Amino acid sequence: MTAIFKRELKAYFYSPMAYIYLTVFFFISGFLFLMSNLAMKTSNMSYVFSGVFTIIMIMLPLLTMRLFSDEKKLKTEQGLLTAPVSLSGIVFGKFFAAFCVFLTGMLVYIPYLFTLNKLAGKIAVPSIICNFVGLILLGGAFISIGLFISSLTEFQIVAAILTFIVNLFLYMIDMLASSVSIDAVKKAMTAIGFYNRYTEFTQGILNVTSVVFFLSVIFIFNFLTVRILEKRRWS
Amino acid sequence: MIEVKHLTKYYGSKRAVNDISFTVSEGEILGFLGPNGAGKSTTMNILTGYISSSDGEVLINGVDILDDPVAAKKNIGYLPELPPLYLDMTVKEYLGFVYDLKKCRLPKEAHLEEVCGLVRIKDVYDRMIKNLSKGYKQRVGMAQALVGNPPILILDEPTVGLDPKQIIDIRNLIKKLGKKHTVILSSHILSEIQAVADRIVIINQGEIVADDTMDNITRSVEDELRYTLRVSGADDEKKVIEVLKGIKGVKDVSSLGSAEEGSFDFELDVDEDTDIRRDLFKRIADRNWYMLGLKSNEMTLEDIFLKITMGSDVNFKGRKPVDEQLQRQLMQQIGGAVAAAEAMSKSGSGQSFELAEEEGSEE
Repeated sequence: MTAIFKRELKAYFYSPMAYIYLTVFFFISGFLFLMSNLAMKTSNMSYVFSGVFTIIMIMLPLLTMRLFSDEKKLKTEQGLLTAPVSLSGIVFGKFFAAFCVFLTGMLVYIPYLFTLNKLAGKIAVPSIICNFVGLILLGGAFISIGLFISSLTEFQIVAAILTFIVNLFLYMIDMLASSVSIDAVKKAMTAIGFYNRYTEFTQGILNVTSVVFFLSVIFIFNFLTVRILEKRRWS
Repeated sequence: MIEVKHLTKYYGSKRAVNDISFTVSEGEILGFLGPNGAGKSTTMNILTGYISSSDGEVLINGVDILDDPVAAKKNIGYLPELPPLYLDMTVKEYLGFVYDLKKCRLPKEAHLEEVCGLVRIKDVYDRMIKNLSKGYKQRVGMAQALVGNPPILILDEPTVGLDPKQIIDIRNLIKKLGKKHTVILSSHILSEIQAVADRIVIINQGEIVADDTMDNITRSVEDELRYTLRVSGADDEKKVIEVLKGIKGVKDVSSLGSAEEGSFDFELDVDEDTDIRRDLFKRIADRNWYMLGLKSNEMTLEDIFLKITMGSDVNFKGRKPVDEQLQRQLMQQIGGAVAAAEAMSKSGSGQSFELAEEEGSEE
């Protein structure tokens, strides 16, 4: 797993992909921080965190799109699949590489916090932690979905677009749910929606159900990716 | 050691490999021979755990590749048809990655250097793989298989894309490796296999049609000895045939016409147990004719290969002959490849090889 993790992480920084992602992420985060915190003179970062949802929804598919599709296209997966590593090792190696780039992006919030601490005198640490936990879980969920979709196709761009559509769906489903009149359907829709669950975190509410929900999404999609690799051997 | 038992693989409804069984013992070099699409790569992919079989089992050193894939794969170095190279890495980074991937315990620097020395890629060690030539890429692929010094090497067409000198290098390397490793290599180039393999498995349309040493395969296909003879000085072809037929041990004589002015060519079917050459010479000389040439038509590997895979004359395990078009295609393919490879193995200098290969590849 570590070998694959290291390789993928290097590959991100050898290609423009990580830089593009980080640039956009830094820029939008900075913009949100400027508008909501510095301009409004508040130490509450929940606007920044809730605003960043759409950014990672759009940008993370770009990070995950090539993870498996490229291997398939260039036939390098043959090397991986015949090496003495388990399939889950391969999947998690790739997952953590993308996750690591995502976390690198989040590092930008640390100077923000120091700035706020300096300007406002104090910051609400529990609420900040809650925001961080929410964003980390959300990123992990988007990445595992992207990774899964990447394993389905050998075309990067198809993987990116499909992932984006799925992410968009998970974002919009909460809004759609409000216009559904059947109770059971409504419940089911809000249960799988990402947006409301995530905004809860940004408001400083640490909902254990949501934590479990996002962790399950990460686990399930990574598991499904393993199954896809497994299944390909049998077809 | 590798044991393959009743291996069958379906792609959808197409049967790519049909009930293949063979074993490769330790230290053996097995040549896997067959036309394109015969199931060579499929079989190798199953052996290495890349794809699974529909039926049958594969044991690598006693471990079933499906039961404990990680343990089984540890014993195998695999060079697939297309080397699995990451183009955005340097050779050094890539081999380092493979080293980590295989969880090697040998001293890293020294081991990688040794491997690079074996396949002669030290001079491109720090270059990006995407900038390398096909030959170098192939050798990096070979190096990748050797990393970790696995006891079993499975090489799918290891010399594709190499120049003649490199081919000889790789061949020698395989021979050398064969002393300590179990090697399976596939090729549709026959002389390739002939040059290095202890044993040959010929596969056609997903089935094994022959599995033996080169000598035994030759013997089983060759039913009689034939000579081509050129005689000059005779005024009538029929007279010569008459004389030839009178020689003890000659079963049949057929005329091949006249290729050189004033001479006639014949093909003699000869009883294997009798040496007719002295008698033949004497009789021709007695008539004041001249023997311009006598050549025994031993079956070459390509004859054998065609004979077996085409099912003409011989009937190995009841194979049916395949259609003529395929046969023609094959002939062309093999002709080209073999001409190139043979020229290489015979000739001594690199210059003349290259000419021969070019001729071959044009076909």
